[in-house]
Amino acid sequence: MDKFQTTSEITGERIKQYLAQGKRFDGRKLDELRKIEIEVGVSKKAEGSCRVRIGKTEVIVGIKMGIGTPYADSPNKGNLMTTAELTPLSSPRFEPGPPRFEAIELSRVIDRGIRESKVIDFEKLCIKEGEKVWTIFIDIYSINNDGNLMDAAGIGAIIALKNARFPKYDEKNEQIVFGELTDKKLPLSDNIPIAITAHKIGDNIIIDPTQEEEDLSEARVTIGFSDGIISSIQKGNSAPLSFEEMEKILEIVKKSWKNIFKKIEKFLE
Amino acid sequence: MATENKRKVVIPGEVIAKGDDFLPGEGTEKTDQGIIALRFGLAEEINKLIKVIPLSGVYKPRRGNIVIGKVENITFNGWVIDINAPENAFLSLTEVPRYVNKNGLDEFMDIGDMVVAKIWSINKRGIDLSLKSRGLGKIDEGLIVKINPHKVPRIIGREGSMINLIKNKTRCNITVGQNGFIWIKGETIDDELFSKKAILFIAERSYLSGLTEEVEKWFEQNKEKTK
Repeated sequence: MDKFQTTSEITGERIKQYLAQGKRFDGRKLDELRKIEIEVGVSKKAEGSCRVRIGKTEVIVGIKMGIGTPYADSPNKGNLMTTAELTPLSSPRFEPGPPRFEAIELSRVIDRGIRESKVIDFEKLCIKEGEKVWTIFIDIYSINNDGNLMDAAGIGAIIALKNARFPKYDEKNEQIVFGELTDKKLPLSDNIPIAITAHKIGDNIIIDPTQEEEDLSEARVTIGFSDGIISSIQKGNSAPLSFEEMEKILEIVKKSWKNIFKKIEKFLE
Repeated sequence: MATENKRKVVIPGEVIAKGDDFLPGEGTEKTDQGIIALRFGLAEEINKLIKVIPLSGVYKPRRGNIVIGKVENITFNGWVIDINAPENAFLSLTEVPRYVNKNGLDEFMDIGDMVVAKIWSINKRGIDLSLKSRGLGKIDEGLIVKINPHKVPRIIGREGSMINLIKNKTRCNITVGQNGFIWIKGETIDDELFSKKAILFIAERSYLSGLTEEVEKWFEQNKEKTK
């Protein structure tokens, strides 16, 4: 990564001084989110898709269904595969080529958030035990990066899943008829897992950072949270967190889950 | 002002004029279809010569430019500075107008520090910087804003009209580097953020004519909110 593209140190100083006064550069409170805009069904070829904008950050998430063989340890369960691509068009920091650390981490955090919340009933994705199961592919593409890609991708993933439909399955030839969707929805429970990331800058805990703030982040915790149940936690960056700080983060995450849920509720039917 | 009104936003490949009446200038090319633009920018016609003033692209260093850069590396006799150009620039120890301990160059400027400098020569070996002039030196505090280097002339305005307007309205010290970096230093952080907002407002509307009036209007509307 080009060093020059990171936030300069003196600007960072100013951000920290401003945070100490309890204010942020864009006028938000420390635990306030940017404006969230959602658009569903952006892709005609995908079984389910969604575009999420948080401030200037933008991601597109698509769901594709395929037929595969189950893993040996779960012969009656379907598969889930999450991939993320940080496209060069979204930020000068991303290069084309195989996924790097950030992209791998992003997809794994989203994967675990969805998988461990048990929102998908994998047993219902089985077609023939031990031989044929449905595989759900979640593909995340960044369109623009202004910080907090993780939360945007998490919101996009759950909305796209909720809006996805099974494609038509030709039982005689045992293959999918692509291009024709049935009315059948994916077997999802009522949990709404949303990945929410809290950052520690100085002595302050903030959520939904911009790119500048993300550059300054000393510690980062992403919590996969669904109405009171924590299903996954991922810690990033080098600084340690104390018990008090962790409690504060949980408090903020709980509050922002309710905020986000209110905003995305109508897209989840 | 007459030519100002004829300015038109063009994209690469767009036909600006047809026929043999016009001559192709900077950023344009003559083809069978007529004179086409090679860059994204404002097309302008002066005395039958058509040229395009670019609105995007990388910074091309010129001698005498004031630039803001970041210290990338320290050598035995100077600093390597990244000035957002295709190649790095070099600031020699002899171009610093004060005493610097030769064994401790990092005491004056360390890696990651920002500096205002002047390009005093461009040659085969690279770009050389100097601090021997008024207003140049290390930046110790403030806010750095980055804009596209091709929009710098609009931020400064005709004979500095725009930048002086911002300085007066926000009571901040503003140094504009030709490479698109702007250093703002004010009494409070709120003042600095107000300047930053104004600069980004101008950069977004750099293709408009009569921008100074527009910005004055903007200041009138936004004054109450920040005070």
